[in-house]
Amino acid sequence: MTERSEAGWPLWEVFVRARRGLSHTHVGSLHAPDASMALRNARDLYTRRQEGVSIWVVPASTITASSPDEKDAFFDPAADKVYRHPTFYDVPDGVDHL
Amino acid sequence: MKPSVDHVLAIADDALIAAQRLGEWYAAAPEMEEDVALANIALDQLGAARLLLTYAGELEGAGRDEDALAFLRDDREFRNCLLVELPDADFAVTIVKLLFLSAWQLPLYAALAEGDDERLAAIGAKARKESAYHLDHSSQWTIRLGDGTEESHRRVQAAVDELWPYTHELFAADPAAPVDPANLRGAWLSTIEGVLTEATLRRPADGWGPAGGRTGVHTEHLSYLLAEMQVLHRAHPGASW
Repeated sequence: MTERSEAGWPLWEVFVRARRGLSHTHVGSLHAPDASMALRNARDLYTRRQEGVSIWVVPASTITASSPDEKDAFFDPAADKVYRHPTFYDVPDGVDHL
Repeated sequence: MKPSVDHVLAIADDALIAAQRLGEWYAAAPEMEEDVALANIALDQLGAARLLLTYAGELEGAGRDEDALAFLRDDREFRNCLLVELPDADFAVTIVKLLFLSAWQLPLYAALAEGDDERLAAIGAKARKESAYHLDHSSQWTIRLGDGTEESHRRVQAAVDELWPYTHELFAADPAAPVDPANLRGAWLSTIEGVLTEATLRRPADGWGPAGGRTGVHTEHLSYLLAEMQVLHRAHPGASW
């Protein structure tokens, strides 16, 4: 299923939702033999101080990540495209909290 | 009517001795994640033990606090069942002991939470959620070890066979207890048989049942456990951090 770590168990990435309305945020990783044990280990390792109300675990080997070598090609072209930011609109009078 | 000191001590000592045994895995578990899980469970057990020992001390009315009861009693004064004091020959024994214990503690705490005594009800309400997790953790591992490799199956079946006789002591009828243990065996058996079946493990036949823990007659293993647990307090009475 997933690639095995040196220690024997595959690596899982852990995402925790701190409370209703927030999105799940990556908090770290752990080793576990399968998904349901990964969820339980995550509960012990990452929510012992009431950090969350929901946990996702994802096999680390299934994550496709952008390469640091491609950083320039990936991200720099966005640097000079100020028109992509919503800063060119006039906010009508009377519209608060926008 | 208030519960007797011995009845509260029995539940308290089960949790205390289980905590001490589980603590032996600290920094020695098969994987770091399991290390944390077992230490968490040990601390849950210790937390329940502290509340119960404090209450037992108040019921006794002799001025003994939780520390005096935990660290200054000798083995004959402990009321825990024999199951929790048995040494952990391997990880399978630890898991099966926790399975048998938590499947007993969960309905016990749930019944205490509904009971007449306010203090025991409050402790039961808090501890039952922790017990549910202990039962889940030990069930998950029993299933994986039982339905795992040939070696893991052999070891966990050996642990089940060896520990099964010690479970009878948990259910010895005691109508004077806050919860009569005899009434808990049905719930316990249905939980355990479900887990064993899923784990492809054989349920041992009922027969011989060693007992004596509730009256202070223990195996020799308890003395060694207490020696290690109590040495610091006895050497430095009243020491604090």
